[in-house]
Parts: sequence; structure tokens; C-alpha cells
Amino acid sequence: MIEHDVIKRTLQAALRTGGDFAEVFAEDRRGSSARLDDGRLQSFNSGRDKGAGIRVVSGETTGYAHTADLSEEGLRAAAEAAAGAARGGGGGTRTVDLNRVQGPDVNHVGVLPETVEKDKKAELLLRADVAARSEGDAIKQVIAVYADNRRRILVANSDGVLAEDDQVRTRFMVQAVAGADTGMQTGYESTGFTMGFELFDQLDVEEFARTAARRALTKLRARPAPSGALPVVINRGGGGVMFHEACGHGLEADAIMKEASVYAGRVGELVASPLVTLVDDGTMGPEWGSFSVDDEGKPAGRNVLIQDGVLTDYMWDNLRARKADRPSSGNGRRESYRHTPMVRMTNTFLVNGTEDPDEIVRQTPYGVYVASLGGGQVDTATGDFVFGMTEAYLIEDGQITDPLRDANLIGNGPESLRNIDAVGNDFAFGPPGMCGKDGQSVPVGDGNPTLRVASLTVGGTAA
Amino acid sequence: MTELLDLADSVVARAKEGELVEAFLTRSRTTEVKAYNGDVESLNSAASAGIAVRVIVDGRQGFAYTGALDDPALHETLEEARDNARFAGVDEFNTIASPDGVAPPDLVVDTGKLAGTPVDRKVELALQLERAARAGSPHIRGVDTAMYGDEVSVSAVATNTGVRAETESGVCYLAASVMAGEGAETQTAFWYGVGRHLDELDLDEVARKAVDRAVRMLGAKQPASRRLTVVLEPLMTAQVLSLIGSTLTGEAVLKGYSPFGERVGESIGASNVTLVEDPTDPDAFGASCYDDEGLASRRVPLVDGGVLRGFMHNSYTGRRSGEGSTGSAARAGLAGSVGVGPRAMALTPGTLTPEELYASVGDGLLVQNLKGLHSGVNPISGDFSAGAEGMLIRDGALAEPVREITIASTLQRMLQDVRAIGADVHRLPMSAAGVTLAVGDVTMSGR
Repeated sequence: MIEHDVIKRTLQAALRTGGDFAEVFAEDRRGSSARLDDGRLQSFNSGRDKGAGIRVVSGETTGYAHTADLSEEGLRAAAEAAAGAARGGGGGTRTVDLNRVQGPDVNHVGVLPETVEKDKKAELLLRADVAARSEGDAIKQVIAVYADNRRRILVANSDGVLAEDDQVRTRFMVQAVAGADTGMQTGYESTGFTMGFELFDQLDVEEFARTAARRALTKLRARPAPSGALPVVINRGGGGVMFHEACGHGLEADAIMKEASVYAGRVGELVASPLVTLVDDGTMGPEWGSFSVDDEGKPAGRNVLIQDGVLTDYMWDNLRARKADRPSSGNGRRESYRHTPMVRMTNTFLVNGTEDPDEIVRQTPYGVYVASLGGGQVDTATGDFVFGMTEAYLIEDGQITDPLRDANLIGNGPESLRNIDAVGNDFAFGPPGMCGKDGQSVPVGDGNPTLRVASLTVGGTAA
Repeated sequence: MTELLDLADSVVARAKEGELVEAFLTRSRTTEVKAYNGDVESLNSAASAGIAVRVIVDGRQGFAYTGALDDPALHETLEEARDNARFAGVDEFNTIASPDGVAPPDLVVDTGKLAGTPVDRKVELALQLERAARAGSPHIRGVDTAMYGDEVSVSAVATNTGVRAETESGVCYLAASVMAGEGAETQTAFWYGVGRHLDELDLDEVARKAVDRAVRMLGAKQPASRRLTVVLEPLMTAQVLSLIGSTLTGEAVLKGYSPFGERVGESIGASNVTLVEDPTDPDAFGASCYDDEGLASRRVPLVDGGVLRGFMHNSYTGRRSGEGSTGSAARAGLAGSVGVGPRAMALTPGTLTPEELYASVGDGLLVQNLKGLHSGVNPISGDFSAGAEGMLIRDGALAEPVREITIASTLQRMLQDVRAIGADVHRLPMSAAGVTLAVGDVTMSGR
């Protein structure tokens, strides 16, 4: 993307006023998407975005500037702006030797989406529409979205790191809307992987769309969710977002170093039920949150965060790791070249337990069974988190019974982790997620076996 | 005419016979300064520009965008949009805007003062804010965010149907997020200030309110579940109004996604609910001369005395519904397609101060923070469930703090259950203005 000599001179310019660390991050991103809604393929969209961001760290201060101009002059101007923002004290010239960093080989793209005819992408959406509507007249509308994205990055820094990655992601989503005298209801199904168009070799598009439609139809007879504290059983692959919110964000080193996390200072302590082993692993191609190197040039890693309930480590980016005098864990990510990197999760998941998932339900006299969760949110300083359920049922006498209308659940991270009293042996990854933090959105994966939390507050309206 | 509009013209001039072509160009400059522990934590200063092109041929619509404005980028984006159009479905109502004779409001947007402010002053504000917040109370354990931010932007739209419009905007803000502690307990709160230039920012108020709101949460407990009246603070009201606004768009209505779609002329809210989308109001941060398709902004009555009056439209939904555009086209950035959305909704305020409103409620819950509106509110079914924290209201005054609760109802019920609207209008850089709002018969879930 940029010649090595130009990178070296840009890093020199960035350090000319005496910064401690400088970095060039260049990105060339292109993608296409198509959306079907209201029975029609509404539009085809494609886009391209290319540029570089320069970061200079001087003492406690980070300066950042970016440019869409990848010429040497454009890069130098951005480097000088970033250096000015960081206001280093000293001066002089530092030369940088670049050494190529190789990450794990996680990107196995079979068919680059940009090489696929647009009408093949369109056809997927039309097939989904027909299949979803075939589930019955109560299906009033179908929204289907196809999207692909290819992101080529180059990172080089004054520590001599030089790394490149070529990340391809493809995703597909169907939302069905059902209507009856009980009102309107929605059902979703979504999939996405760090892979190319070969995603559709293994996906039965019709069955996928019918699943979304059946979820919407089932919810037409849903009752309002209960209100108050109840046992909650979460389906395999349906609840990774709970761990993402209940502790994932609280284990990010930027929150830890500001003591804005309930998990700060607790490494080595029991912070969860001994049934909990939590891992963040960016090397698991072709999962949605995987990559070869992170957005700071660090190879993706497998990091055990909680082992048998004991907090083992946090997640780290370069900036926070430098301050703590330890290596980054490969969790430095950013939305685009316009953004500074932060500590972010990759694929975060609860490791398999030993129990029979059906038995976990049978052993629950009354509670809520969550088949699928939506998004969530957390305040890391207090540990209070919420997450939404988009497909849920009542459990009565150990049986899954009536469907429930959408609602949020609320809990406190450390309390909820301690309250996990059953973990199944049926691990699965969940649907692709987009995680938002400080205005930046990055793809993240999650997963879990069936599990039960002895008590969570269910935010419905029924007594 | 400016350079940006000239560039838009140059793209549109390349339209072929039988094509409708729209070019939307933006250029923006942002500054963000964060302070931490008496130091500048980060200073991010950035300029961005880009183009989005829409082409409609034979009822088929294609989009493309590029994050650059050089000549090859402009040309390739048009070519790409043109090619994309071939693969979309036919919709006879697909259209771009045409001049409709409505004159733009007489808004004077002067971004010069903000654009000309030296960065040192912005840095100083962030440092001062962090100092003021840390010193605000002995209970303050940390200030995890103290920041100054601003954005000055220009956008231009041109079409080969004769639309030529340019919109300028500038906004700056301060935000503080603080942690208050007592023993093992930590509570957090956030506050903000917004202005068109730095002189409009009240730094001391931002620091004081962030601190007071965190400190008053100390000792918060999870209460027992019950039904009660909730009072939403202005920022929370604005967030809920944004959700309601999304159900009052031509897009939601025509596709059957709005719970209010068939109800024009009927009562959908309490009699004190009057909601207007008015981007011609110079006091609104969302005020602008034109919408994102380049049509003049206009006042759109949505709900009047509880009765649904109509919906917001862009050119497509206006044409398909036969009602015409209301100048409410909205884009979610360059990469987004052209939808419909509010940019300056406001509820007609009542006469009560917040304290008088608490007194009128007697027994209830003041909500100072909502979590999970994206995950717990379904704008199609109307189900509403959100994580909340705040203060109980007892005997007409604020009592003890509560946390780890949800509040739940439906958007339909909440409009009918509006009990009182405050007199305190807060202008926000969001799609709606904030105001203190009391909503009855909401389920609070706790223990």
C-alpha cells in the first residue's frame, strides 16, 4: 500500500519533535451491500474508503491525525499534525528499522466477494424473500440484507513493527415481520464469517429465511415477559453477548487502568462461579471476530480471561501494555483509519461445561428460557449491564412453554457471574455482532454452551 | 457558488439520457480533546470528505460512495452507482428530489467563529473540565472521561432535476463522565454542554451536574418491582422521542412497520401531547435550510393535542403516498441509503418546573439514565423495556437512589400515559429536543 522508505520517513517526521512512539496505519476498504425490503431489491450499494492515520505518543498524551492522501506529502502533513498534537518536548532524528510481523493464518478466503457477479448477490435476497413468505399469510414483510467487506491494512511503528493483513467478511441477515390481531412481531436470523462468498456454499438460504419467519410467527402468540428476578436459562450460541457485557468490557485494560471497572485489581481472585472459563480468541478463523494481526500490528492471540472462576488476565492494546510494561494481547482494534485504536474484544466465549442442556431446563421449575439475545450495554465502573432478548420462552415445571415478547434483562456483572449454577456441554458460536465503544464499531464474535443464571432481573410488564 | 457545489454539479453534468442522478458531497473537520489526570490524554484533529451518488434508471436504484473527493473518485463513484442500479429491483416510485417551490427558512448559520477557534483554547477547556470535575466533591474517585469535541461541516446536494442546495453546520460540546465512591461502592454519572461556539458552553455547570448526579446515586439499591409513574429527565425524553419519531416516518408507514400507520386523525396520545418536527426553528441544533435530498426544510405537525396529524416523508415516500416530501430525507452518513427521519422534533412544553412536576407526580421514579434502548425497544411491535437508574420520588420530592432496574411499557401506551410535560426545554444535538416528561403506569422491575 505504501513503500517502506516512505513509511520510514513518515515515522521520522512524526518523531521529529521528540515523541516516544509513532505509528502509521493505512487502510484500503471496499465493500458492497444489497437490501431487500417490501418485496423488492431496493438498492445496490458499494463503497470505497482509503487513507492513513498517524499516531504519536509523547508522555501521557496521544496525538492523532488522518488523511485520505496516501502520497508522501499527505502522510508527512498528517505526521506533523499528529506530532504537533502530542507536543513532544525534545527533538532530533530517529531512524526506524522495520521488521515484518507474521500473524496466525486465519484468513482463508475461498471466493473474494468482489469477484462475484452482483446478480448472484441479488438472487440470494430474492430467494430469502420467497422462502420467508412461504411460511404463511401472516408474514407481512421481509427484510433481507447481504453485505461484504474487504479491509486491507498496513501497520508500521517506531518499535520496528511492520505488519499487513487482508480481512474479508461476509454476512447475511433476514428479518421477517408477522402481523395478526395481536399486533406486529419480528423474527431475525443472521450469519457472518471472516470468509468470502463461499459462505453461501454452506448456507441453506431458504431454511435460514424460513427460520426467521417462524420466529416472527411464534411471537404473534407471545405473552408479555415477566417482571422481576428469575432464573434464566440461555440457549447455546444465544448468550455470548451476556459475557461480552457482564465482564468482557470490564476486562479491557483501558477501563482497568482508569479504575473504571469492577474487575480492576482483582487478578487471581475468584470473580465468577467455578463453572466459568472465559476466553477471548482472535485466531479462530473463520469466526466473525478473527484476524491475523490487530490494528496495531500485533498477531491475534488466544487469551484466557477467567479460568474456573478465577480472573487470570485482562485484554491489552499497545498503549496500555506500554504503560504496564508488558506485551499487548492482540486486542488493539479500530473502526477505520479515522479512529485511534482501543482495547477491544475479538471472539469472546464461555468454554463448555459438562451438563446435559435438556437437564438444565428440566431442573428449572420456573424461569425464562432465552433462545436468542439482541444487543446489550454495560457501565464497567458499576458492573451493571443490560441485554435484550429477541426470542424467549417461559419455563414452567421444567418445560419450555409460552413465547415471550421482547424485553431487556438487567444484572450486575460480578453478581451474575457468581450466580451461574449450570453450564452445558453443547457449545456453539452465536451470530455475528457489532460492538460499539466510544463511537467506534468493530465486528466481534461470541459463543456459549447452554447455561443457567440463578437470578437475573427480567424487564417485562407481567406480574 | 462554493467549490463543493461545483463538484456536485460536475458529477450531475455527466448524467446520461434517461438517468436521474443525485450527488451528495460532504466535507467536515472535527477536533476531539480528552483530558485525564491533569494531562491531555489525546488530541485528535481530523478532516474528512466524501461523496455519495445515487442513480435511478428505469425505476432501478443504485448507490455508491467514496471517502475522497479527487476527480477519479467522483467519476468512479458515479460509474459504480450506475452499474449497481442495473441489479436492483424495479420500483415505479423510485425518485430523487425535484424543486418543489418551497423556500428555505431564513437561517443564519455562522460556523466561522467555531472554525476559527485555536486548538489551544479547546485543549484548555478539556483540562479545566477535568480539574473542575475532580475537585467537585470529596466523593469523586475518578473522571474517566472529560472531553471537548466539535465538528464543522458543509454538505452539498445537486441533481439533474435542478436541485442545488448547500448546508453548513457547526456544533461543539463538553462532556464529563465521573465516578463517585463510598467504601466498596462506585456510582457513575455523565453530563454535557452543547453550543454553536465555545462561548455558549457552561463548563462549571457540566462539571457540577456530572458530579452531583454521581454523588446522589451513592447508596443506590435495587427496589422491589411495581407499577408507577416515571419522570424522564430531558436527555432521556429526547432518546425516547427519537424512537417514537422513527415510527412516524413515511418509510415505516408505507412498509407496514409503524404501530401508528393507519391512525391519522385518531387519538394516539394524551391531550397534552403536541409533537412537531421543525428544522426551521433557529434554536434547534438540527435546524437546517435543506434536508439530505436538498429540499427546503419545513415545519411538520406530527401529533396535535394527542391526535395523529401525519408523517414525515422524503421524495420517495412522498411520491408513493401521494402526500409529497415534507423535506425530511435523512442519510446515515455517506454509506447509508436515503431514508426518512426527524432532525428537530420538539414536544410543546408545559408550565411546570422539574420540581413542580415531581410534586405533581407525588410517588414515582425519576430516570436519570437509560441503558439498552437499542436492544430492548422494538419499534415495530412497540414493546419498550430499558435498563434504568435514578431517584425514587416520594411525597412529591426526590428520595433515595435506585439502580439495577428496568422500566417497561409499550411506545403506544407511553404516549397515552403522558401525565405531565415540563417547561424546561433542553436543546440537544439529537433528532429531538429534551424536556422533563412524566409517564404513568410503567412497570419497574427490580427485586
